Parts: sequence; C-alpha cells; structure tokens
Amino acid sequence: MQPLLECKNVSFAYHGIDGETQALSELSFSLKDGEFAAVVGPSGCGKSTLLSLLCRLEEPEYGEIYLHGKPLCEHTEFHIGYMPQRDQLFEWRSILKNVMLGPEIRRCADGEHLEFVEHLMREYGLWEFRNKRPGELSGGMRQRAALIRTLALQPELLLLDEPFSALDYQTRLNVSEDIYRIIKREHKTALLVTHDISEAVCMADKVLVLSARPARLVMEVPIRIEMKERTPMKTRNTPEFKDYFNRIWKELNPDVGKKEQEI
Amino acid sequence: MWVKRSRRYNQKRYPEIQEVSPKQYQYLQMRARHGRIVQSMRFLLLAGFLGLWEVAADLGWIDSFIFSSPGRILQTFWKMVRDGSIFLHVRVTLVETIISFLLVVLFGILCAVLLWCNDQLSEILEPYLVVLNSLPKSALAPLLIVWLGANSRTIIVAGMSVAIFGTILNLYTGFREVSVEKIRLIYTLGGKRRHVLTKVILPSTVPATISIMKVNIGLCLVGVVIGEFIGARCGLGYLIIYSSQVFKLNILLMSMVLLCIIAMGLYALISAVERWYLKKI
Repeated sequence: MQPLLECKNVSFAYHGIDGETQALSELSFSLKDGEFAAVVGPSGCGKSTLLSLLCRLEEPEYGEIYLHGKPLCEHTEFHIGYMPQRDQLFEWRSILKNVMLGPEIRRCADGEHLEFVEHLMREYGLWEFRNKRPGELSGGMRQRAALIRTLALQPELLLLDEPFSALDYQTRLNVSEDIYRIIKREHKTALLVTHDISEAVCMADKVLVLSARPARLVMEVPIRIEMKERTPMKTRNTPEFKDYFNRIWKELNPDVGKKEQEI
Repeated sequence: MWVKRSRRYNQKRYPEIQEVSPKQYQYLQMRARHGRIVQSMRFLLLAGFLGLWEVAADLGWIDSFIFSSPGRILQTFWKMVRDGSIFLHVRVTLVETIISFLLVVLFGILCAVLLWCNDQLSEILEPYLVVLNSLPKSALAPLLIVWLGANSRTIIVAGMSVAIFGTILNLYTGFREVSVEKIRLIYTLGGKRRHVLTKVILPSTVPATISIMKVNIGLCLVGVVIGEFIGARCGLGYLIIYSSQVFKLNILLMSMVLLCIIAMGLYALISAVERWYLKKI
C-alpha cells in the first residue's frame, strides 16, 4: 500500500550571519494511512523544523516529501493540519469564530463546514461554550478547541507540535486522552512531536527517535500493545509500556547506560 | 460572627454577596476610607489653591494685573460667553484638533501597515522616522506657515506633525510584537500575508492602538495651539498670544484653563472608547 506521507532524504539548514545550522540531515520515514506516529529527540534537535517543512512554512533544501505519492506542493497543503504548541486561540474572537478561522480564511465558511464544526463541537462538549471567549475556558477545553480548529478543514494528516507542553501534569493526562480519542474516532493520520517519551509511547503506533542536531532517524520503534480499545491511560499501565520507554530512553541517553554498566 | 451589611451598599458593590466576614468587613472599610481620603484631598488641594490665589489677589499680596485671580478669570469667561466670542475660539481649536487627530489615526495606521508589509522599506526609513520624531515640532510651524499660508489647513498639519511620526513608530513596533506563533497558525490554515494582517495583526493591536491614540489626542492639541500661536486669527492659541501681547492676563489664564478642560475631555472620550472596546471583547 502506498504510504500517506513519505519523507525521502530530507535535509534542511538555517542560515544566519554567524554561519549555518544544519537542522535535519537525510531524514527518511513514512506514515501509513490512519497511523499515529510520534517523533521524539533531544531538545532543539530539529523536531519543530520537520513540522515546518511538512506544513510548507519552509521548503526542504534537499530531498523530497510526498503526500499520497505526489510531491508536496501548493495544492496538497489542503490535506495537512497543524496544531501549534500553545493553543493560540484568539482572545478577541468567540470560540466558534476561533474554530471557524480556517474555513473563514479559505472562504469556505459555508453550511457544510459549519455543520461539520458544529458536529465536532457537540461531540466533544464545546457547543454550549461556542459564544464564550477563550479566556473563560479551562486549559483542556482550549486545547480541544484548538484541535477542532485544525480538524475544521478536514485534513488527512494532523501535525501536533508538543500540544501538551504548556499544560500542568493533571490536565496533560486528561487532554492527551481526549485528543487521542478524537483523532482515533475521526480516523486521522497524525504525527506528534514531543520531548516526553512516555507520551509518545502511550499514544503512538510507532515512535521515530531522532538524533541530536542535525536530526537523523536513529530508530523506528513500532509500539505493539494488544488491547481492546487502547487509550493512553490504559497503555501507561501495561508491562510493555515500561519496556518501550526504557528502550527509547537508552537510545536517547546512551551515555547514562554506559555509566551504569561501569559502576 | 457575621455582619449584616446595609442592603444598598451590598447590592451596589456585591450583588451576589449579602453577608461578609468581620475581617472582610474591616478590609472593605479600610479600602473605602482610603478612597474617601484620596478624593477629598484632591478636592481640598484644588480648592485651597484657588482660595489662596483669590484671597492673595484681593488683599493685594500679589499683583492681580499680572497674576489675575479665579474670580477675574470667571468674570472674563462669563463676559465672553455673553458676547459669544469664546464659542468661536473654542470651536475652532476643538475642530482643528479633532480633524488633525483623525488624520493622524488614518495616516498612522496606513503608514504602519505599509512598513509592516515591506521589511526592507521599514529598515530603510527607520532612521528618518526616528529623526523626524525627535525633531521639536514647534520648529516646523513657521515653515508650514510659509509653505501653506496662514489658514486652518496649516494649523491642522501642525497638529498632525507633532503626533504622526511617533504614531507610525509605535504602531509599527506594536505590529512587530505580535506573536510569531499566531502568524504561523494563519499560514498553516492556508492564509496569505493579507490574512495575517486582517485576522491577527490589526485585531490584536487594537488595545495598543487605542492607548497610543490616548496620548495622540493631547499631542494634536499641543500642535494645533503651536500653529495658532503664529498663524491664526481665532482659536485658543491665538487668544493666548493676543492677550499676552496686550497684557490681558485674565484672558490668557482663562484660555489656559479652557485648554486644560478640552484636553481632559478629549482624553476622557478616548478612554470611554477604550472601556467600551474592552467590555465588548
């Protein structure tokens, strides 16, 4: 089967007066339709750069990105949705208007999109709050609103850029549960960028481990957990969770492992 | 022990609370006392100053020909109200100030948007704007009179010249401070640069724009008065220059008091717009 997303030998560098910074180096991976992948790596390794390339805020310097086998170009951007680090809801708009921002920009805020958005907001408990301002909502609700804003354009691929990093631990667990449920129920393919290994393991079908800058793919870990109706919370309590966590941890911190052995 | 507060007080301040704890009651009393002291001291300061001034002038401690007095100022004002001349001067100054303010708002926003649209242009123009902004604008007024003639157009331009460069610089800085993440969001939703402008930059800088305008309306008044000093036949600025030349200090001081009142009124107007906007969002 043709992969939904395919990155082939993608390289990218930032240029500054003091020199260039290689962010990605010959990065290759692919994503199947409906798959949930997580990208982990040391901080500042170029994870966010990868997302910038995927949503065409930047062009790769070398290499190709394919969506449904076609090179990523202006016409394909319709199918990729991006969820930013903080919710970035606009305080001067009501929740409904925030959520409809995408359709409004694309000039397709018509009945069909409004209906779809209404369905999502009803489904995920935001419809009663549609006329409220973002400041009146809890952190979890804001995050859900941000996700619905991304889903409003019905993207095939969702890019999540550390969407939980600004939340406290308690909210974080709840929101990741919510977001996971929404993504699975809407049958979306998703790429989650995170620095939290446990988050990656408990949500993803496979984890891509990147090296320090310039980012290369070090390891691809498929997460296979046999379970009926898997959820992040349930996954956290399985014995496999710990194994996967340790494996990825060791890969990211090879020195720590060595020191322990020496002792 | 719970203290039953007077119903009127509670309904006015805390419609949802009927009873408060003794400590809270104490705190509220303290706050109310503080507010009363501030208000009454403000009033006393003004009343004391005016009273002393009046008494000093009446008893001959100061020369009332040079220093005038509150009573004489009021008399002069009343005389000019009766012959109707004061309305002309106030109206001219007020209209010129408001027109130059509106033009500053319009041109300020237009130029700031233009600079925002073109990074290279803004970098090229920045030093010139900074120099023009720090130039003492009163130096411009004589030049404007020569170029544009002694008419109200010149005075409106003089009013604008005081505020316009600062407005452009401040608005542009405000535009640049809008979070990059919000701008990225627009692009990822398929927006273009004009969407960034209309959906993020302009709406998010409305509060900053209003507070810049609060300063500007006062600056425009300053510019208009400077313009009237040298190139007008009516308006409060003209009245000040005229009365100082013929030593009618009553008229001069009255004009100053009227300018204070106008400045306060215009500021209050913009503040009201600000409050309305903050309530709306």
